[in-house]
Amino acid sequence: MNDRRYFRILSGAALVILLLFAAILLTLVVDSLPTMQAYGLSFLTGRQWNPVTQEFGALPFLVGTLLTSFVALLLSLPLSLSVGIVMGEYLRSPFLSKAMSVFINLLASIPSVVYGLWGMTTVVPLVQKLEIAAGFPPYGVGILSAALVLAIMIIPYMASLTSEVMKRVPDSIKDGALALGATRQEMVTGISLPYIRSGIAAGVLLSLGRALGETMAVTMLIGNATRMPNSIFSLGNTLASVVASQFNEAESDLHRSAMMALALILFLVSFLTNLIGRKIVGKSEAANV
Amino acid sequence: MSEESSGLLRRRRRKNSLFTVLLAIPVIIVVFILGHMLGKIFINGVKALNLDFFTKAQKPFGEPGGGIANAIIGSVIVVLLATVISLPIAVLVALYLAENPEKRIAKTLLVVVNALQGLPSIIIGIVIYSWMVVPMKSFSALAGGVALSFIMIPLLTTTIREIFVLVPGSYREAALSLGVPRWRTTVGVILPAALPGILNSTGLGIARIAGETAPLLFTAFGSPYISTALGKPISTLPLIIYEYIKSPYDDWHQKAWGAALLLVCFVLLITVPMNLRKDRSKG
Repeated sequence: MNDRRYFRILSGAALVILLLFAAILLTLVVDSLPTMQAYGLSFLTGRQWNPVTQEFGALPFLVGTLLTSFVALLLSLPLSLSVGIVMGEYLRSPFLSKAMSVFINLLASIPSVVYGLWGMTTVVPLVQKLEIAAGFPPYGVGILSAALVLAIMIIPYMASLTSEVMKRVPDSIKDGALALGATRQEMVTGISLPYIRSGIAAGVLLSLGRALGETMAVTMLIGNATRMPNSIFSLGNTLASVVASQFNEAESDLHRSAMMALALILFLVSFLTNLIGRKIVGKSEAANV
Repeated sequence: MSEESSGLLRRRRRKNSLFTVLLAIPVIIVVFILGHMLGKIFINGVKALNLDFFTKAQKPFGEPGGGIANAIIGSVIVVLLATVISLPIAVLVALYLAENPEKRIAKTLLVVVNALQGLPSIIIGIVIYSWMVVPMKSFSALAGGVALSFIMIPLLTTTIREIFVLVPGSYREAALSLGVPRWRTTVGVILPAALPGILNSTGLGIARIAGETAPLLFTAFGSPYISTALGKPISTLPLIIYEYIKSPYDDWHQKAWGAALLLVCFVLLITVPMNLRKDRSKG
């Protein structure tokens, strides 16, 4: 063993990771080629997904993914921002703030399939009652149920990021506001929140990335319908959930390839949201140092 | 004038109190939801627990009795496999990142590791299906382990890199100033100093992948038999939860809750103490 070999081994391991990443992307592209050849860009706008007639269009799942994720984000934001502000600014006692952070970590460490299990037995009956009251067909499962559980699942990411950036607001400007007679609320809404807005934007993007790719809980709750959703009470499917629910049953190569193409879209979308989110985090970190 | 300003002050104070209440309500809602979830898992799960649950394999459709021993054994095998694959690779990559922080390729590597970490796990599942299940013509525990290792490697790499960065630079400099080669410095100084942290993040990594379902659907696939063969399909706790709750049988639903209780207990027994320790070392 010498240093040259040591660095060669380290570089080898690094290369393995880079190659693996490239190979994942390559596999997705190669395996979705038959779909691209058959449909071209009209794959993205096709409204029909029918394995029996061999017709594959991704639009219902693109809409389903965006609808579920954005509704989840919208429902989640008030909750996670409040929890983040409370953790970052209001919990002064070390015991309480530790208890809260352990608690938020707990929420993050519960497996997706368990969220799905809880959602099927708790959220679905509630949504069913709501649907009966609102005059929609009472499926229970559907976009709304999936979005509700998804909203809970993304709380820990957004909340812990908010509290982290909240703690990085310099004491000098907060003390300055308090010294001028600002109330705590005026300090938070007037000083801290504007100061951390890029951190919040990054948190939104990172949780969106989570929501777009979340699979198990959504598959168990969304109803797995391949037609176009027309309201939040509709049954639907996301890119991830259609792959999870149909891949093992796929009988034709084109069906399988079409799902590889869905996975490729998911790969690109989640890669971009993550990249932009981390860029913003990195920038705000650099600005605050 | 003074009356008017004291009215303004009162309004501002009232607004401040209202803001505090508005912040507290969501916190209470979130606490309630988590409490409800844990309570429900416990109450429903406990009913399923008995000796057979832990020692017998699952019974065929509709036959009462049996247990989930096949899934417990499967989870242990697949998770151990993933850990054995991931840990050495993650340590080496983290060392690379820590030793060459300024290289451009290291920065690219960090972006790639972060991207892998953010990748939806279902994608890993179908890619490993393409790489291993298709050529081997069979779902397998091995494919499941490899799929989970793709989730674990980026996770461990980022956390272990942070641990290496936290090892005081003076340790490394002291060793190097004595003429110790770089690799001896790593083996003799850096790794021992980082070992507790590495074990900690490995524990958190295990807790994370133990609950993964999506990457196993098309790789480990599931199997009703007690099996330790790496080349054959195998069931795990998350897979059996998913399979059982989709079924129409009450008995199977109850077993799904039992499996969920087991899984959640395992995950929380690892993560809660480790998160407590992490906070202590920070503060």
